[in-house]
Amino acid sequence: MTHDELDRQIVLATQSGLPLVAEPYAQIATGLGIAEAELLERLRAMQADGRMRRIGAVPNHYRLGYRSNGMTVWDVPDDRVMALGERIGALPFVSHCYRRPRHPPDWPYNLFAMVHGRSRAETDAKAAQVADEIAALLGYACRDWRVLYSSAILKKTGMRFSG
Amino acid sequence: MAETTPAATPLDELDRRIVNQLQCGFPICSHPYAAAAEALGCDEGELLARLRALLDSGLLSRFGPLYNAEKLGGALSLCAIAVPEARFAEVTEQVNAHPEVAHNYRREHRLNMWFVLATDSLAAQRATLDAIQAETGLAVHNMPKEAEFFVGLHLAA
Repeated sequence: MTHDELDRQIVLATQSGLPLVAEPYAQIATGLGIAEAELLERLRAMQADGRMRRIGAVPNHYRLGYRSNGMTVWDVPDDRVMALGERIGALPFVSHCYRRPRHPPDWPYNLFAMVHGRSRAETDAKAAQVADEIAALLGYACRDWRVLYSSAILKKTGMRFSG
Repeated sequence: MAETTPAATPLDELDRRIVNQLQCGFPICSHPYAAAAEALGCDEGELLARLRALLDSGLLSRFGPLYNAEKLGGALSLCAIAVPEARFAEVTEQVNAHPEVAHNYRREHRLNMWFVLATDSLAAQRATLDAIQAETGLAVHNMPKEAEFFVGLHLAA
């Protein structure tokens, strides 16, 4: 994978969104002084090697009615965390799933799964489903887990690449 | 500054299909809206108008390419601080003042402030963490991801 100056320019020109015009890529290409075909090829290459995850719509969870956002955190054996993560990440109501370092004694948890629900009761029920799934895979109940609810959004500006 | 949570916005059936399907992907071709509209069973002009309205109302926070920061050479980390209640507003201001802080949530736990740091490099991540620790006098727990699992996220509209 090479990410050259033109790729960097493409990221900067598109990170705030795709123009809402019939030929959005042609418009971006004109701005960059390249042919549309070259831009299409570059975008396909970035998507193929994972530099771009996809082109798509990002909904505002709250506006869709998903007002309860619970960060579920799990203390699972290190030698099982990868297999568990694969299964938990695939659950339809889990939006992010990561392995992260523990910070004992304050923080014993090594698997994080973000769960969204329309109410706290719905999110609790989904977290309980994650617990069941983990118990089924381990053959015993997870030794320690929590749901951390967000009680306020303090900042949400998103990521910006500065080039 | 904490944001108030707006009520859910009513959507009609076509809006729902647009939000649901376009979370999964969008064509890379000369007339992508026409191609996407055909799959949705509407026409290009209608899709463009609906997307504009969904973005204007804030129901969609963005529409376009989603890049993977780490694969572009950047660094991301989730960080947590146990903030004393009496200092919560002051520490929120200190942390949010850093442009590298992409989002910040208050959560119900002894570790009650959770924020994402997005930087151009690992060195910049370290420097920002150090600055926040120095300014607040509080320990920042750095929890960069060690593995990312495939997620099939689609929030049903």
